[in-house]
Amino acid sequence: MAETPLPLEVRNLKKRFGDNEVLKGLSLEARQGDVISLIGASGSGKSTFLRCMNLLELPDEGDLIVHGESIRFKQTRRGREPADWKQVERIRAKLSMVFQSFNLWAHMTLLENVIEAPVHVLGKPKKEAVDHARALLERVGLAERADYYPAQLSGGQQQRGAIARALAMEPEVMLFDEPTSALDPELVGDVLKVMRDLADEGRTMIVVTHEMAFARDVSSQVIYLHQGQVEEAGPPDQVLGNPRSERLKQFLAPKF
Amino acid sequence: MIDLQGYGPRLLQGAWVTIELGLLSLLLSIILGLLTATAKMSRSWIAHRLGTLYTTLIRGVPDLVLMMLLFFGGQIGVNMITDWLYYQFDIDIFININEFVAGVVTIGLIFGAYMGETFRGAFLAVDSGQIEAARAYGMSESLMFRRIRFPQMMRHALPGLSNNWMVLLKTTALVSVIGLTDMVRVAEEATKATHEPFTFLIPVAVIYLLIASVSEWGFARLQKRYNVGFGES
Repeated sequence: MAETPLPLEVRNLKKRFGDNEVLKGLSLEARQGDVISLIGASGSGKSTFLRCMNLLELPDEGDLIVHGESIRFKQTRRGREPADWKQVERIRAKLSMVFQSFNLWAHMTLLENVIEAPVHVLGKPKKEAVDHARALLERVGLAERADYYPAQLSGGQQQRGAIARALAMEPEVMLFDEPTSALDPELVGDVLKVMRDLADEGRTMIVVTHEMAFARDVSSQVIYLHQGQVEEAGPPDQVLGNPRSERLKQFLAPKF
Repeated sequence: MIDLQGYGPRLLQGAWVTIELGLLSLLLSIILGLLTATAKMSRSWIAHRLGTLYTTLIRGVPDLVLMMLLFFGGQIGVNMITDWLYYQFDIDIFININEFVAGVVTIGLIFGAYMGETFRGAFLAVDSGQIEAARAYGMSESLMFRRIRFPQMMRHALPGLSNNWMVLLKTTALVSVIGLTDMVRVAEEATKATHEPFTFLIPVAVIYLLIASVSEWGFARLQKRYNVGFGES
């Protein structure tokens, strides 16, 4: 049986902001259907790590391999840059990102947001994209809100809409950057429920999160970062249930 | 009814020159303004410098001086080039700078600098998360410009843009110095001939006001269109 390439592989990733090395050689392997939770205190580099995966931040060293395709880099005066931005754009289209502050395009309706990239980036016929988008909005419970603008929706609705936008790309991997951190507490549940459903249907997901219950119940792997390094990683019951490092124990301890 | 003493048709022709000149200059200034804003925001050192040089130069020199400099100086420059072509390569051409084209180019160049600053401010006002989302979904720079940056920038640019247009419209009155017959020029000639300034200047003022009012209505509609989704009307 031919080995299928991993959806996402990161090797020895390093990132510096000036003299400050924020990621000190991080690696990650996501197999099909994996849900990997990245946890850690603020400043640990978890969001930067995620943003390096789709090159919203450019890593200074290390390899990124998406579905067997390695991103090519070249050295310039400014440092390392992608050799071919077209390749980056093509790969980004396979890695949908869900942002902490939703970032739905404000001048478009929800439906327009969901079909935008499929039509204009992937070149999907509009009719097909609209049908797919309506099904996805139905799925995240926003069928009636298709013609609303983001500003007319609650945070939780916007984030579920953003998840529909991500799904419309039929991505190889979904990247979630603290998707519930900007939400009012009573709206968090709806978003997490959608994410649980996605995990259950075998989506490959990488999630930066503070929701420990979600990380424990849904993840196949939990990675605890501290100052740009992996302090502890493994299955959730091991990392969260029986942490070895003192720092992680403190991090997980109830704060009040 | 005012008796225009036979100058009516010429006045209308002059008004048409004003409108044509204004609209074409506006188009040119918008194109130059977008280019300048892009240059000034670019990571390229040379593009940034060129953009800054352009806006500093244009905004620092009076419009009238620039217009004469470009029209008369431009003709001398063109002559120098055609002379040189004749002596060096025996190519004999004569180019006479057309007043209308000179007017459009000068006004376009002047207002391109102001538009550049208007657009730059507007581009910077677009929420960076909107751009990040476009990048994350695989959009190329040009697609992102068309689909996200431009439509979101416009609502910030329109108030300044409409302001620039009003000033531009009135600046077209300066073209009479380079010999273009706009409506101000016609009114001036008619006044000299008839010694009745109000008969001609009041209609001219009314026509300017009319153009300005129609523009304001147009800009209000554009503003409404680009504000869609932002919870303002």
